[in-house]
Amino acid sequence: MGDNQVKNRLKVLRAERNWSQQDLAQQLDVSRQSVNAIETGKYDPSLPLAFRIAETFGMTIEEIFLRG
Amino acid sequence: MICNDNGRAQKAYTKRMAVAMAAYLITLFAGEALISRNLVSGPIIWLLALLPGLSIIGAFYAIGKLILETSDEFIRMLIVRQTMIATGFALSVATVWGFLENYDLVVHVDAYWIAILWFFGFFIGAISNRITYGAWGTIK
Repeated sequence: MGDNQVKNRLKVLRAERNWSQQDLAQQLDVSRQSVNAIETGKYDPSLPLAFRIAETFGMTIEEIFLRG
Repeated sequence: MICNDNGRAQKAYTKRMAVAMAAYLITLFAGEALISRNLVSGPIIWLLALLPGLSIIGAFYAIGKLILETSDEFIRMLIVRQTMIATGFALSVATVWGFLENYDLVVHVDAYWIAILWFFGFFIGAISNRITYGAWGTIK
């Protein structure tokens, strides 16, 4: 948490696919709390997890994560 | 599966902590019963006096292993954060108390209370995680 917070489109992308946080968490092999913390901007994922998220949505990291 | 790994890590943690706490209680009462009543002497006293402390080290080991075995990076960060808050809290209180004690302003407190302070700090850390990140640090 800080001034250099990264924004993301996770919630919108998830809603477009009609996935729950739990659905996405299972696909990413992380906890639901992790998905929630990333979505709400409370936690920025590591680069390996960001790549996994991008692969899950079939997009690039830059299309999902934006500079705040 | 990372979530399964986390589940396994938490189960192993619960088991290790239960063993450490059981060992602590048994060795504490054994020490009280045998040393306080002068039923043992010599090196046995050293052994009995060391055992409760070693049991508490087992509890610290359980927390360390939980950090190492938790594969979910967010949950792992929360546990690390919790231990840092615990460490900061225990060291701060112990240091301030030590100086107050040095000038006879407060009563003497045995050093093992620092471990108890640490566990209280660990609880504060969990509350801080819940407030700051909306999660306690356990898998749901």
